[in-house]
Amino acid sequence: MNQTILRTEQLKAFYVLDIHGTQKVVKAVNEIDLDIYENEVYGIAGESGCGKTTLLKALVGAIEPPLRLIGGRVLYQMSGEEIDVASLDEEEKRQLRWEYVSYVPQGSMSVLNPVIKLKETYRDFVESHAGRNTREQAFQMAKEHIAELGLPLKILDAYPHQLSGGMRQRVTIALAALLKPRIIVADEPTTALDVVVQRGVVQLLKEIQRKLENTIVLVTHDMGVQANVADRIGIMYAGKMVEEAPTGRIFGEPLHPYTQYLINSLPRFGDKATREGVPGSPPSLLNLPSGCPFHPRCPHALDICTEQMPGHSNVERNHRVACWLAGE
Amino acid sequence: MEKLLEVDHLTKVFSMGSMISRIRITATDNVSFYIKPAEIFALAGESGCGKTTTARMILGFEEPTSGVIVHNGKRTTENGRVWFTEGVQAIFQDPFGTFNPLRTVDRYFFETVQNYKLARNKKEAIGLIDQKLKAVGLSYEEFAGKYPSEFSGGQLQRVSTARALLTNPTLLIADEPVSMVDASLRMSIVNLFKKLKEEFGVSVLYITHDLATAYYVSDRIAIMFRGNIVEMGPVEQVLLGPRHPYTRLLRESIPEADPQKRWSGMVKLSDIEHEEYLRQGCRFAGRCPLVMEICKRQVPPDVYVDDVLVKCHKYTGDNPTSSSWSL
Repeated sequence: MNQTILRTEQLKAFYVLDIHGTQKVVKAVNEIDLDIYENEVYGIAGESGCGKTTLLKALVGAIEPPLRLIGGRVLYQMSGEEIDVASLDEEEKRQLRWEYVSYVPQGSMSVLNPVIKLKETYRDFVESHAGRNTREQAFQMAKEHIAELGLPLKILDAYPHQLSGGMRQRVTIALAALLKPRIIVADEPTTALDVVVQRGVVQLLKEIQRKLENTIVLVTHDMGVQANVADRIGIMYAGKMVEEAPTGRIFGEPLHPYTQYLINSLPRFGDKATREGVPGSPPSLLNLPSGCPFHPRCPHALDICTEQMPGHSNVERNHRVACWLAGE
Repeated sequence: MEKLLEVDHLTKVFSMGSMISRIRITATDNVSFYIKPAEIFALAGESGCGKTTTARMILGFEEPTSGVIVHNGKRTTENGRVWFTEGVQAIFQDPFGTFNPLRTVDRYFFETVQNYKLARNKKEAIGLIDQKLKAVGLSYEEFAGKYPSEFSGGQLQRVSTARALLTNPTLLIADEPVSMVDASLRMSIVNLFKKLKEEFGVSVLYITHDLATAYYVSDRIAIMFRGNIVEMGPVEQVLLGPRHPYTRLLRESIPEADPQKRWSGMVKLSDIEHEEYLRQGCRFAGRCPLVMEICKRQVPPDVYVDDVLVKCHKYTGDNPTSSSWSL
């Protein structure tokens, strides 16, 4: 029943920087295995600088120097076949974009062309992918799409600066869903928005997912938003996927010490008991600690943690965790 | 009752647009509140509600159009900047924007010590700086000679707090101090405010859009909407049993970290924000699910229900309602 649509195998994507003759390697995505299913919202959480955005870039094949694909594969499931993204040329990738996979990058409320009206932006989109459409057809398609998602029609006649940040964000997400892609990848779509507007954006994402029955990969550090939309959540720390489980289990029975801190540090209404943040500071991806990258901050660190990175142990079906303490 | 800081009918009007089509936006409209000694007072609301403008006026960065700010019984304009800033210090949103990236952070500390004549010699200054850094969980050794980029965001925000503490202020104005800090480190900053209040009797004006941390740290809270305080009172009462329809909307829109409590129902958003500022009557009337005729014409009065101030027609004498209605 859980049909895989997007899969990665030991994915490694590093930033290779050459600073004054010395090579520096930022290990942003390090040996990540993912299995993302059809018709689900897969959440990726973690603090800033843990490699969430880089992982998304690798997933959509947007790898540009200094980011390099060091190893592993990203595989799309398309009409019964698995396609390796790295094997596609630019033109093939361009055709896949928006029709098969859409990418809503961070700060996407600023991606709209400021000097043309939104209906022109919509037309650009439709034309570049379905060239045979006339101007009227494109406009008609945009109108139907906007109405279907419950956005006001008058925005098509507006310039981007006339809309609020929240509305621009929703327009961009709507645009990403226009050609009914099988996968929508959204990077922090609710960050920098007000709570009420944030709720509107989340509502829109859910609505799109329900209508298209497609897959949404949602990156956000906001665990409240994750709890609200995600079906499964993967927790990233220092370029590694440290835990992955259905949403209920991540919040109910977190196993990795980092996840436990993350969940327990969230303030809750009606409970004023003191909550502790994670001790210490996040590690630099340039200079990772040996073994498990969390061990300098971990209260349960063992000797082995400083030496060896733990593999994933499947605690239960659908729940895996990379920690020496788990699964024994 | 002793009041450390009192803000009385503070109004700020900004003019927008050209000479011909001028729009006047009332960023804060007759805002009044006070802060007691050793109290954390939260000022919460969405962007554009006037909370930062209020803070900027208190700090003297912005001249109020009308209204007064009284600190320790004296108007802030009376005794000069040094007197005022000795008692009231600020912490800003972006810790990396607070410090010049090309200067070592300790220079800011020595500068403050010098400006306020807090120590007689360098040794005394270092002692004082070390003492304040210890209060925020850092030490002089791990901080001396470092540039801002050598700290993490959370650390730098604590450094920023330590600097503010140098003058032994009685009030800290913290404008969105945790919104740029990672979730895992947020609690360390918020817990720090709690500790400063409990151990040193420092009051904090905590300006935030994050109601969850506001609930966690503060004693009293004011909810602002489009320049007005719409609800103000003890934090338990305001956030656990919100009375104003806007507070309810805000409270319900917070995604709770509990997959059992997902949102249901659709939310109505405002399309054009400045229309709400210019609205006659109650500014929430365009989106309020309980809107009445009077709301569109008349600005609602401030009504006290129990200890809580509510700016809503639903609670005036002519419209008695129980608090059991729901959205």
